[in-house]
Amino acid sequence: MSDIATRVKKIIVDKLGVEEAEVTNEASFTNDLGADSLDTVELIMEFEKEFNISIPDEQAETITTVGQAVSYLEEHAK
Amino acid sequence: MQLKRVVVTGIGALTPLGNNLQEYWNGLVNGVSGADFITLFDASKFKTRFACELKNFDPTAFLDKKEARKLDRFSQIAIVAADQAIEDSQIKNSPSFNPDRVGVVFASGIGGLITFQEEVKAFAGGDGTPRFNPFFIPKMILDIASGHISMRHTLRGPNFAVVSACASSTNAIMEAFNLIRIGKADAIVTGGSESVISEAGVGGFNAMKAMSERNDDPKTASRPYDKDRDGFVMGEAAGALILEEYEHAIARGAKIYCEIAGTGATADAYHITAPHPDGLGAKNVMLSALDDAGMQASEIDYVNTHGTSTPLGDIAEVKAITEVFGEHAYKLNISSTKSMTGHCLGAAGVIEAIACIMSVVNDEIPPTINHFTDDPELDNNLNFTFNKSQKRTVNAALSNTFGFGGHNACVIVKKYKG
Repeated sequence: MSDIATRVKKIIVDKLGVEEAEVTNEASFTNDLGADSLDTVELIMEFEKEFNISIPDEQAETITTVGQAVSYLEEHAK
Repeated sequence: MQLKRVVVTGIGALTPLGNNLQEYWNGLVNGVSGADFITLFDASKFKTRFACELKNFDPTAFLDKKEARKLDRFSQIAIVAADQAIEDSQIKNSPSFNPDRVGVVFASGIGGLITFQEEVKAFAGGDGTPRFNPFFIPKMILDIASGHISMRHTLRGPNFAVVSACASSTNAIMEAFNLIRIGKADAIVTGGSESVISEAGVGGFNAMKAMSERNDDPKTASRPYDKDRDGFVMGEAAGALILEEYEHAIARGAKIYCEIAGTGATADAYHITAPHPDGLGAKNVMLSALDDAGMQASEIDYVNTHGTSTPLGDIAEVKAITEVFGEHAYKLNISSTKSMTGHCLGAAGVIEAIACIMSVVNDEIPPTINHFTDDPELDNNLNFTFNKSQKRTVNAALSNTFGFGGHNACVIVKKYKG
């Protein structure tokens, strides 16, 4: 697992209060990990803070699974 | 319309004297001070460095970590107190329990001040880019505790918060009482919570010169009616009551603590923080509650005062008591339990109503502790129940609370007699 993936999963475990094993690449924040719309906004903000980037809203809306978050951040993180 | 009778069938309390009803009452009758040095933040640069904090409160013992993180401390403690009261009442286990007929009317004086402080501090420390947490507003708003209690217990009756500063939770009790009286609900979870022992809370009240600065002796700082009182001591607390329509309570065989006899609310219409010098609003609110209860002043055995330990407030209220009760004022027990709990602001009304309820149940009056020197500006022939609790039959007790803005609220409880 890449360093970015490890950091992303740590944030998800912490913010959504889920077990590490549940945080698979395919897992959807809302359908599988119990996030509501506010949780999702908070996750995106935490990713922005952790990786010191700004994720535009229209991009943020396309990030709905763990895997999508990891690949977006691997591509954009500085 | 015939108004319905309302009884108290459940109690929950998280106070500086203990984290449940029994610990709270034991602390009260034993004259324990809840004051100590502040641990919730670094108060070393503050004029007041002590307060009455909750002791050993761990939110994750009651709420899961994810849930607790989305709640301001004032909501966390409100939920725990409400859980205790609901469990105590056993109302949800009754076949007559109808969730559409059970409401929540919960108060706070300020709401999520700590959340507000932390979010704004983070913003102010940045470059101006707004990065507010999406839970900022739903954590901070004052009505959210009431909302959370309804969601946790699926209670779909009337639901709102009540605000009148330090009178808030007495006003909440009044609203809940009246809703049940006119048939809008079978039962209501009511009360209030406050937790603002933070830089903004302590700094703000310090700037008003409202708080005691007796840093060399925190435990004796809250000393209502003592000549050397120098302001209130901040406390944090949550208290919850289950108010229930009498017939509903009887039909399900509920344990009944006492009956709510009447309530009143008035305004001083005088000054934002100072009381009316003649205690006008305080006098009117006691008269209004007595009238609502259909009781004579002589039927009251105990007055739990607002008595915050401020120089002006204590005098005005005592003046009002002597006017309302006349000769009977000398037969009453009067006490300020804030001498022990500190001033729990928006939660003061409910935890003091609980002190009154327990005095009616146990026939014992909790004391006004920390009395050293009589104040010549007060009538010291009155019985302020100084320093030690007193046993006496308590058929009815009255609790006063007053809030910045000139709000006054009063509730009278009486012994339950079928």
